[in-house]
Amino acid sequence: MIPTPNLDHISSRDYEHVYEPAEDTFLFLDALEKDAEFLRNEIKPCICLEIGSGTGCISTFLGKILGDGTALLICTDINPYASAITIRTGYNNSIQLESINTNLVNGLLPRLYHSIDILCFNPPYVVTTSDDLYSSRSIIEKAWAGGIDGREVIDKMLPLVDGLLSDKGVFYLLLINENKPNEVREIMKNNYHLQSEILLSRLAGREKQMILKFWRDTLLKK
Amino acid sequence: MRLVAHNMLQCHVKGCNSNNFPLQLSNVEIEIQETDFNPMFLRNILPKLEWNALVKTALQINITTLPNVLPDTSTDDLDDEFLKMLHRVLLETHIQQGKMICPNCNHVYAIKDGIPNMLLNENET
Ligand SMILES: C[S@@+](CC[C@H](N)C(=O)[O-])C[C@H]1O[C@@H](n2cnc3c(N)ncnc32)[C@H](O)[C@@H]1O
Ligand SMILES: [Zn+2]
Repeated sequence: MIPTPNLDHISSRDYEHVYEPAEDTFLFLDALEKDAEFLRNEIKPCICLEIGSGTGCISTFLGKILGDGTALLICTDINPYASAITIRTGYNNSIQLESINTNLVNGLLPRLYHSIDILCFNPPYVVTTSDDLYSSRSIIEKAWAGGIDGREVIDKMLPLVDGLLSDKGVFYLLLINENKPNEVREIMKNNYHLQSEILLSRLAGREKQMILKFWRDTLLKK
Repeated sequence: MRLVAHNMLQCHVKGCNSNNFPLQLSNVEIEIQETDFNPMFLRNILPKLEWNALVKTALQINITTLPNVLPDTSTDDLDDEFLKMLHRVLLETHIQQGKMICPNCNHVYAIKDGIPNMLLNENET
């Protein structure tokens, strides 16, 4: 078993500015752990990318699965506090992370076209009101508020996935039922020929959370 | 931010699509942080680097150890000495503070406490 990253360096005051790891985060960790052998022995990643790293918990955990220094782990977040804490979480757990303060993957494409072997995204997925208010949202609200169907940020990310994934690349995405996961899977299949499965799902209160896994249909083995 | 990450960043200001890489380092503070040598990772990442950009960037911070032409990566006999030198430049050289300037549109991206800020104002995207 791979221990959950140590987060003792993060104070309750920090959590006023950064998304605190919750059930969704832990489901993500469990999904990666479930796939640990596959990631280590079949994907053998060189470059990994996490969008919206928050505390950096997920990428640190991925680093633990793969072993520090065996792959480049890049994290982005739109929240500068998150980018700063991400580095510290890696450091405190002896995992070197690269943290970039940016919107989704701005600044990394087209340079990293078809280069990402493992892509992770635990997005703002909560169903909220219209996206008109997006710019007025506080930084901590942006961590979870997903607009209509909770899909506002997710739908901006989906068209970028195909460009990012390497031939053998896999994409892990957390969704809840309200995000219409079947519709997301259809979009990815029809528009980008990406296959998918529900790797893990769990009930968190009344929220049905799941981790979807996507890969290229040219990659016969999953 | 290590040089390996700098090698992956380009300007994304609206309309700035050519000659926007590599971002030029300016007024930087460098810190060397030692880390374990992993020749396999270096061999894997080598084909994914933009070598000319790396050489150019290294020169901006007075690192002159990189050869102008990348040794043939298809053969497996990259010697340890070369890989150790590369390890130092790519993975142990951290840019802690400073600026990155787009060679095309001159947009300035700040690096603070090792984190590049690639965010743009709405009118720039
Ligand atoms: C649900 S939180 C997940 C945080 C962390 N990965 C975890 O699992 O605990 C979503 C994260 O995405 C970030 N985020 C929201 N919109 C973003 C965007 N457009 N680009 C990059 N990051 C974004 C938020 O700041 C927040 O840290
Ligand atoms: Zn530019």
